[in-house]
Amino acid sequence: MEGHSTYQPQGKIARWFESRLPIVGLLHSSAVSYPTPKNLNYWYTFGAILTMMLGVQILSGVVLAMHYTAFAPISFARVEHIMRDVSFGWLLRYIHANGASMFFIAVYIHIFRGLYYGSYKAPREVLWILGVIIYLLMMATAFMGYVLPWGQMSYWGATVITNLFSAIPVVGTVIVEWLWGGYSVGDPTLNRFFALHYLLPFMIAGVVILHIWALHHVGQNNPDGVEVKSVAKDTVPFTPYATVKDIFGMVVFLLFFSYFIFYIPNYMGHPDNYIPANPLSTPAHIVPEWYFLPFYAILRSIPDKLGGVLAMFSAIAVLAFLPWLDTSKVRSARYRPLYRQFFWIFAVVAVGLGYLGSQPAEGGFVIASRILTAYYFIHFLIILPLLGLFERPKPLPASIADAVLARHGATVVAGAAAPQTKG
Amino acid sequence: MAHTETSGTNRRDFLYIATGAVGAVGVAGMIWPFVSQLQPDASVLALSTTEVDLSPIQEGQIVTFMWRGKPIFVFNRLAKDVELARAVPLNQLIDPQTDQDRVKAGHDKWLVVIGICTHLGCVPLGHQGNYDGWFCPCHGSQYDSSGRVRVGPAPLNLAVPPYNFVSDSKIVIG
Amino acid sequence: MIKRSILFGAVAAALLLGAPARAAEGGHDDLPHRESWSFAGPFGSFDQGQLQRGFKVFREVCASCHSANFFYFRNLSQPGGPGFSEAQAKAVASEYQITDGPNDQGEMFQRPGRLSDQWPAPFPNDQAARVANGGALPPDFSVLAKARASHVGFPGFILDAFTQYQEGGVDYIHALLTGYVDPPEGTKVQPGLHYNKYFPGHQIAMPKPISDGQVEYTDGTPATLDNYSRDVSAFMMWMAEPHLDARKRIGFQVMIFLFVFAGLLYFTKKKVWKDVAH
Repeated sequence: MEGHSTYQPQGKIARWFESRLPIVGLLHSSAVSYPTPKNLNYWYTFGAILTMMLGVQILSGVVLAMHYTAFAPISFARVEHIMRDVSFGWLLRYIHANGASMFFIAVYIHIFRGLYYGSYKAPREVLWILGVIIYLLMMATAFMGYVLPWGQMSYWGATVITNLFSAIPVVGTVIVEWLWGGYSVGDPTLNRFFALHYLLPFMIAGVVILHIWALHHVGQNNPDGVEVKSVAKDTVPFTPYATVKDIFGMVVFLLFFSYFIFYIPNYMGHPDNYIPANPLSTPAHIVPEWYFLPFYAILRSIPDKLGGVLAMFSAIAVLAFLPWLDTSKVRSARYRPLYRQFFWIFAVVAVGLGYLGSQPAEGGFVIASRILTAYYFIHFLIILPLLGLFERPKPLPASIADAVLARHGATVVAGAAAPQTKG
Repeated sequence: MAHTETSGTNRRDFLYIATGAVGAVGVAGMIWPFVSQLQPDASVLALSTTEVDLSPIQEGQIVTFMWRGKPIFVFNRLAKDVELARAVPLNQLIDPQTDQDRVKAGHDKWLVVIGICTHLGCVPLGHQGNYDGWFCPCHGSQYDSSGRVRVGPAPLNLAVPPYNFVSDSKIVIG
Repeated sequence: MIKRSILFGAVAAALLLGAPARAAEGGHDDLPHRESWSFAGPFGSFDQGQLQRGFKVFREVCASCHSANFFYFRNLSQPGGPGFSEAQAKAVASEYQITDGPNDQGEMFQRPGRLSDQWPAPFPNDQAARVANGGALPPDFSVLAKARASHVGFPGFILDAFTQYQEGGVDYIHALLTGYVDPPEGTKVQPGLHYNKYFPGHQIAMPKPISDGQVEYTDGTPATLDNYSRDVSAFMMWMAEPHLDARKRIGFQVMIFLFVFAGLLYFTKKKVWKDVAH
């Protein structure tokens, strides 16, 4: 967000304005002339995709709020009113509901990309922690948003999640009643969740600005994990290079998103949420939205109430300490043969926890989730610190330009056998 | 994509223009649902008729009903109110219109108007002002016994809603 | 390299997760059969004749116990629905007495229905509905087709994303209506309950609601239980998702547009990057 600017105001008015508020120069330096490593791959377009999704969610959400009413006896009907009567209401609602899932798909890819290429390591610790904060805010926003249609899953999801706080010794019960504004989840809860659901996305937007500021201050990491040595040789200007690549990534993501909106809009949702909230009857099998499932599995794997809650929150908190838990000096998994294996094992464990979170807490599923929960923490607390000490990384390229050159040399050799192959 | 001078590309290049144009169409298409949702929704559009029973309205009485969220004045006019309204030469009116045009033939004593001042939307008070009709408390417009504006700032007569007599004592508005 | 690792990860996940899933599923011979519906798939749309027949079954049979509170008479003539004209919808509405008011005397009164009226509920409140139905509450029909589904385990639920299977609710309803059979030997059906092959737990409070020949079809469709059940299920899907036709139609246009745009962007991107090794 600072430096790098080559912006020269054209014309008298532009110069007059720029000397009073240098905002055009700021935008120019952060979105036009900002140098991006030339070896970034498509996994790096997810930052732009996430920014787009935040915009999509805020826009569609503001419009939905114009037709929605947060009042327990009618909220379910108001959502159906949007689906049936409001012009394009069904589209806006399906955009918003599926948008939440798309947002999480994108953020998980973004996080795992950061894990793979070691994007959390010095000097990007603050950048990473800001990302963890955004992730936490996203979870809070998504959870409260899911309560608003006031279906069975909304109601019981809210009940279960707020009851997590009752695990706190002594004051737990009081805290939960204060969260509810009553003796159970009810209309006051719905109203405060609506207010916060409207507020939090703007807080996310604020932290996103800090996240991008930190990113542009330290510069982007890249698939080879070596710092930019020469702006001229290692980087390209953000516009048009990264811009056009990001837009292409966004449109491909929109294709994926549209498939869900138009063809399988209820795939990510739960049928029980089309039943109005009923405080007298819990659905037979309640599960949170898919993006919470790994943490839900961790919660249920511990047979103690407080212990389960602590384990679940620790599973997120441990991410914030990652920059110091990973002791390796090498960033990218490209040059860490052992870490690469453990990365994929971890990815499978995370998906496995997600699957177990969706299954009933009984029999083999409980044992499996205990094993995977243990592995989740072992990965961060034991494997990563030790790996840095024992792993022998492959030799790092001298610079990004060298890495690119080496890869292209390889392609030329391979090209002899398959002439149509391109880098 | 505005600055494409770098790396020797041509601004007039067909590919860039085509991509930009298709992108612009896409943005316009995406905006439409967000604008369209502002219009009155299907449940509002369906609530467009109201039935009014005229039999309890006394001679000389003005009764207010609700139609599409707006007040409707139904005025059971005395013979003198009708005479007064029909005696006014059209050239004295701000918005010239005969009383006959504002009522249903055969039901001349019944005046049905939307009770919203044509100036800035306040509800005028009945049986007030100097013209045997309405007076708007907001900015002083006055209407006569035919609901026609006689003193500004209102520019137009009180509007007549679409309505029909289904019997001598019953109308359907809308 | 990443591609190979993803493949490895996917295979490992499948092996890891497939085992308990299969073990848990066991024998599910009572899973609803997947019917073929006119509104399934990317180009699906409602069959107007079927919706009209379904509406007839609904109003003559189901509606005597089940409400449909988000359903309005005006919906009958809206685009993408059963295709009644506005006059026909008005005629249907006027056959019902609606409680309105209060009038000038402060009393509620009855009047013939209008297009803007909600479908009249058979019972004034849930308690009255329970009393009349042996303690069980007949669920509201408005979104019921989306509120029901049958269990799909791994990897079926992933395949369903590709086959666009969204008809779990109607399949279940169709199965339920045709699933009243004699209880197997040794099953004790509780008093007031009825045996149904597809109901979770198999004991349902609703007695067999409809049989062959109960509703008269005027368009030549055989008046069989299977047809009734199919038609009323489709009608319930339309009630739950009245804009399905528009959704799929607009969806196809959007997908085509995005494909073209993505293609153009791909070549633009290639052109911009052509002189940069990366």
